[in-house]
Amino acid sequence: MSETNFAFVATSDKPQLPAPKGTTGAIGWVRENLFSSPMNTFLTLLSLFVVYSTVPGLVNWAFVNSVWNANSLDECRALTENGACWGVVRERYHQFLFGFYPSELYWRPILAFALLFVALVPALWDGMPKRGLALMGSMTFPFVAFWLIWGGFGLEPVSSTQLGGLLLTMIIGVSGISFSLPIGIVLALSRSSNLPIVKSLAVIFIEFIRGVPLITLLFVAHVLLNYFLPKGVNFDIVLRVVIMVTLFASAYMAEVIRGGLAALPKGQYEAADALGLGYWQSMRLIILPQALKISIPGIVNTFIGLFKDTTLVLIIGLMDPLGLVAPTLADQRWNGIVVELYAFIAFMFFIFCFAMSRYSMYLERKLHTGHR
Amino acid sequence: MSDVNLAEDIQADRSKMHVSDTDVAIEITGMNKWYGDFHVLRDINLKVMRGERIVICGPSGSGKSTMIRCINRLEEHQKGRIVVDGIELTSDLKKIDEIRREVGMCFQHFNLFPHLTILENCTLAPIWVRKMPKKQAEEIAMHYLERVKIPEQANKYPGQLSGGQQQRVAIARSLCMNPKVMLFDEPTSALDPEMIKEVLDVMIGLAEEGMTMLCVTHEMGFARKVANRVIFMDQGQIVEQNEPEPFFTNPQHERTKLFLSQILNH
Repeated sequence: MSETNFAFVATSDKPQLPAPKGTTGAIGWVRENLFSSPMNTFLTLLSLFVVYSTVPGLVNWAFVNSVWNANSLDECRALTENGACWGVVRERYHQFLFGFYPSELYWRPILAFALLFVALVPALWDGMPKRGLALMGSMTFPFVAFWLIWGGFGLEPVSSTQLGGLLLTMIIGVSGISFSLPIGIVLALSRSSNLPIVKSLAVIFIEFIRGVPLITLLFVAHVLLNYFLPKGVNFDIVLRVVIMVTLFASAYMAEVIRGGLAALPKGQYEAADALGLGYWQSMRLIILPQALKISIPGIVNTFIGLFKDTTLVLIIGLMDPLGLVAPTLADQRWNGIVVELYAFIAFMFFIFCFAMSRYSMYLERKLHTGHR
Repeated sequence: MSDVNLAEDIQADRSKMHVSDTDVAIEITGMNKWYGDFHVLRDINLKVMRGERIVICGPSGSGKSTMIRCINRLEEHQKGRIVVDGIELTSDLKKIDEIRREVGMCFQHFNLFPHLTILENCTLAPIWVRKMPKKQAEEIAMHYLERVKIPEQANKYPGQLSGGQQQRVAIARSLCMNPKVMLFDEPTSALDPEMIKEVLDVMIGLAEEGMTMLCVTHEMGFARKVANRVIFMDQGQIVEQNEPEPFFTNPQHERTKLFLSQILNH
C-alpha cells in the first residue's frame, strides 16, 4: 500500500457515545459559565466579593436593624443607629398610595385597581375562552374606572386635586400605555406609507413631539392649553396631563414600531400582495404581528419609560409619589428622613416595571416560532 | 452545472400537457419599464395561451424577474398594456386585486409567513380574500398539502421545515387560491441540490394538470422536459424564444449561444 492511498469505505456505523463527564449537568454548567478561563474565574470571584461586601449591609439596614414602630425620626434613631426607619412608611403609606383621596372612599380606587387586572386578563392571555367577548368587557374598564375614581352618577364626587400617589401614577401610566400603542401604530404606518400628505403629517408630529422635552409639554398642558382652547372649555388637569403623556409616548412608540416594520423582509409584503390581500388585511394579518413581535423590547422600553416619566408631573404641582416627599418632610417629626422614602417609592415603581419586563420576556418566548 | 444533471432524472409526461389555441391567459404588448432613468424592460411583447409552460432564462440583471413581477403588479410598468385573464392591469386597485386573486406566485426565498402555521399560511388568503368559511379553507389546504406531499407538517411553523418543504408549502399556498396562472421566480435557486428535485416534481405535476406557468429558472432539465416555450432575455429585452428542443440544440442569437455555453458546459 502506498502512502497516498486514501480510499476508504465505512464498514459500520460509529456508536453514539454519551458526552464526557463534567461537560454536562451542574458541574458542566459551572465550569462552562463561571470558570472557563482565568479571566472568567477572576470575574466570578470579583462578583462574589462585591455581593459579599454589599448585600449583608443592605439586608441589615433594610431588615435586621430596621425599625417599624416609631412615630418620629428621633424616636427611631434612639432604637437603631444604622437601620432603616420604616415607621414613616407605616404611618404614611396610604398617602403614597392614594394622595389626599378621602380615606373613607379608598375602596373605590382599590376596586378600580382590582378591576384593572380583571380587564387585563383577556388582553394579556390569548388562550382565554370566549376572549372576544371578554375583550369587549375590558373596553368598558376606562369608563368604570373613571366613574369609580372621580365619582358622580350616584357616587360622591372627588376632585382631581385630591388624587395623588401611586393612584395618580397608575391613572396616567395605564392610560398612557393603553392609548400610546394604538396611536403609535397608526403613526408608524402613516410614516411608512406612500401617501405624501399622510406621511408628512406623521413626520411633523413625531419630530415635533420628540424634539420637545416632556416637561415642556406638561407645562403646555398646565398653563398654555387654556389660551388655545375656546373660552369656557376647560377640562380636567389630569386628563390634560394624560393626553400630553400619551402623545409624547406615542411619538416614541411610532419610531420603535417603524423600526420593526423596516426590519421585516420585503418578501413578506410582496407575498401578502401577491395573494391578493388588501393593505389593511396585510397589515393586520401579516405585517403588524411580526413587526410588533420584533419591537417588543422597544415597546416595553417605552412603556417603562412612560411609567417612570409620570413622576415629572410633580413639576406642575400634581402629587404623585415623588411629589408627596416634600409634604412628608415638612412634618417636623419626619424632617430629615429621605432614603427610606425614596427607597419605598423606588420599590413601588420597581414592582410594576419589573412585572412589565417579565411579561414582555414571556411574550417573546411565546411568539418565537423558529427562524424565518 | 450539477443542477442540470440532477434534473436529468426528472420524468414528465408531455402528452398530458394541453395548450389551448384560442384561450389567452396573459397578453403583454409594448411593455416598458424604467427604474429612474434606467430602462429595465424594453418593449416586451408576449402572448401566453392557457396551458402554456414558459421558462424564462437569461443572465442576472436581464429583467426576467422584473417582467414576471409586472404581471401581478409587484412592479409597476410605465408604458404598454398587460392583460391578464381579460382584465387590463392599470393603477385601479380593484383591478390589481382581481388579477392578484387569479395569479399565484412563488418566490426564490419562499416568503412564507413565519408567525403562522403551515395550515394557517395556506388558509389565510382563501379566508380573507375569497371569504371562504374556515372549515372549507382548511379542507382545501389539506388537499393541496397532500398534493405537495407534506400534510403531516400542517401544524408546524415554516421555521421548522427544510427549504424544499417550505417551497412546496409556498406552492400549496398559492394553489389554495385556485389561480389560473402561476408565476415562479427562481423557485429552486435558494435550495440545496437534493431539495431541488422535490420542488421540480411538484411543478411538473402542476404542468401535467394543465396549469399555465411562467417560470424564471435556470433548471434547463426542467425547461427541456416541461416547457413548451423557452424565452431568453438579456438587457431588458426578449432576445430569443423558441421551443425547447431547437432552443437548446440550435440557438440563433449570439448572446443566447454565449449564455447557453456558459451554463451548460462545465
